[in-house]
Amino acid sequence: MSRIQTTFDKLKQHKRKALIPFFTAGDPNPALTVPLLHALVEAGADIIELGVPFSDPMADGPTIQRASERALRHHVGLHHVLDMVAEFRRSNAETPIVLMGYGNPIEAMGWEKFSRRCAETGVDGVLTVDFPPEESHEAFAHLTMHGIDPIFLLAPTSTDARVARVAKQARGYVYYVSLKGVTGAGHLDLDAIAQKIPQLRKYIQLPVGVGFGIRDAATALAVAKLCDGVVVGSRIVQEIENSTEQNVVANVGKLVRELRLAVDQA
Amino acid sequence: MYNYPDSTGHFGPYGGIYVAETLMGALEELNQAYEKYRRDPEFIAELNYDLKHFVGRPSPIYHAKRWSEQLGGAQIYLKREDLNHTGAHKVNNTVGQALLARRMGKPRVIAETGAGQHGVATATVAARYGMECVVYMGSEDIQRQSPNVFRMKLLGATVVPVESGSKTLKDALNEAMRDWVTNIENTFYIIGTVAGPHPYPMMVRDFNAIVSKECVVQMPELAGRQPDAVIACVGGGSNAMGVFYSYIDMPGVKLIGVEAGGHGIASGSHAAPLTTNSPVGVLHGNKTYLMQDEDGQIIETHSISAGLDYPGVGPEHSWLKDSGRAEYVAINDDEALRAFHDLCRFEGIIPALESSHALAHAAKIAPTMGKDKVLLVNLSGRGDKDINTVAKLKGITL
Repeated sequence: MSRIQTTFDKLKQHKRKALIPFFTAGDPNPALTVPLLHALVEAGADIIELGVPFSDPMADGPTIQRASERALRHHVGLHHVLDMVAEFRRSNAETPIVLMGYGNPIEAMGWEKFSRRCAETGVDGVLTVDFPPEESHEAFAHLTMHGIDPIFLLAPTSTDARVARVAKQARGYVYYVSLKGVTGAGHLDLDAIAQKIPQLRKYIQLPVGVGFGIRDAATALAVAKLCDGVVVGSRIVQEIENSTEQNVVANVGKLVRELRLAVDQA
Repeated sequence: MYNYPDSTGHFGPYGGIYVAETLMGALEELNQAYEKYRRDPEFIAELNYDLKHFVGRPSPIYHAKRWSEQLGGAQIYLKREDLNHTGAHKVNNTVGQALLARRMGKPRVIAETGAGQHGVATATVAARYGMECVVYMGSEDIQRQSPNVFRMKLLGATVVPVESGSKTLKDALNEAMRDWVTNIENTFYIIGTVAGPHPYPMMVRDFNAIVSKECVVQMPELAGRQPDAVIACVGGGSNAMGVFYSYIDMPGVKLIGVEAGGHGIASGSHAAPLTTNSPVGVLHGNKTYLMQDEDGQIIETHSISAGLDYPGVGPEHSWLKDSGRAEYVAINDDEALRAFHDLCRFEGIIPALESSHALAHAAKIAPTMGKDKVLLVNLSGRGDKDINTVAKLKGITL
């Protein structure tokens, strides 16, 4: 059984919802990535989405784009990110890590090599924003062959036919993009999410995580009530951006603890 | 018969639909609308009417006799897309997409632009059809192409400077995609080149294919036959696809795409992914040859011409390269500038710096060919927009 499935099973037993923070590897500098991963776990993260920096993050808003730019100033590439996961795994065997980013760095490494390295270093899932089911069949076959879960996005604009298609290919969990727009935008519509989730559940047996636009504890709680997991990205990246290298680990830990408390009320 | 892309938008291994799930619905909607209207007699009639009366088509072909004589070899003919309304081939496509947007009930259009030609062409049709228009343009390009920025504003468009990344065309494209994903219900994204996710590479090619459809008729009338080679500059590659398309099934006609060699291929400072055999990658919705580093990060490119300053290339060009149907070469900044000045002085035509790359390659090969040989160059745009750039290189402030 995959680490992601084990995690969700355990949460379900305890009637809890997953808290899934995101940040970009290498931001603000590569030496802080592993300490940040551990801090997130201590603060109550169930799964961590670790962003792979990319030069042209089309689906992201300015906050996460700047995070990529900061990481790329330190030349943090995909193989560095994999090394960081390996280092994290030396002292954490439980918390699932999902790499999230764009397809091109993986294309450059090659899907077979990438999938093998994921298995070796302890990556659990991979989400490539710009690889919809139409284009990812062959690529993701390499992932599943190595026991890595391909995580898919669904959106407010996804039709029944598309949801059904994703249901066939997805593993681990499905990430529902809660708004029309880029990451970090501010116009989340709770009613729309409440309406959409049952449509997804008709086809999707996997847990459903919701993200994009969750900026505070109150929203995290409201969203947690509607789904199986809450993804918080831009708000955490913003905290990193506003911190110094000295206090960033503590500040991010404090923020995630607040989110944890909120999600646990759901 | 050449018949690409396939039904899923692929040109061999290239092309496709590499976008976030949020955009998939809009692309399906666009694909269905395009498939419907491309065969709709009313749509075609309205498009043809505007191409004739608003754009000024057909554009003539001109025999550059003095310049050909000067070069002492093949005869050079110019397809005069510079004479179109707005001064470039770009308007062929924006008229088509704007008419489509109107039929799809989208009151707002957005565009990315590099040299500003596509932005101007989009702002123009938006004014013509009464649509709101927002154009994204890298702040570096805004500096280089200030006359076009002002033209867009005169036409009522909002020009949004893009400060991210290299502040050029690719970053403008990123920003336009972000706008589209946010405003998908009321907004039509008018992509200006044969890149982006399916159906854009096919649709932009189809709207520009009028160029070669005319050439196929005009060349026998003027030169007594079809050309030995067709030459066009390639950034994203829309003018090249337009002038190549009707010639693809004529094996006797060579197709030559000219990329931006910048400071020279060896310098690494260029925008020539095909000529340099860059690795294949995924950017802006399609798979294609792509300038990138070992980590798969996109490399910042350089060209004297903003319209060619792009790290990728339309996926159909990647396919034409692999299949051997077209060949791709690079022309450096200084060679393009020389051709720019030569055309001004010998023919009384100020060409766009983009088109000057195609002219420079014609000037390079014409002397190696007999005087009975015929080269057809797509003069894709006029150079008025570039006079500041050229003046600055000469140390002149206008």
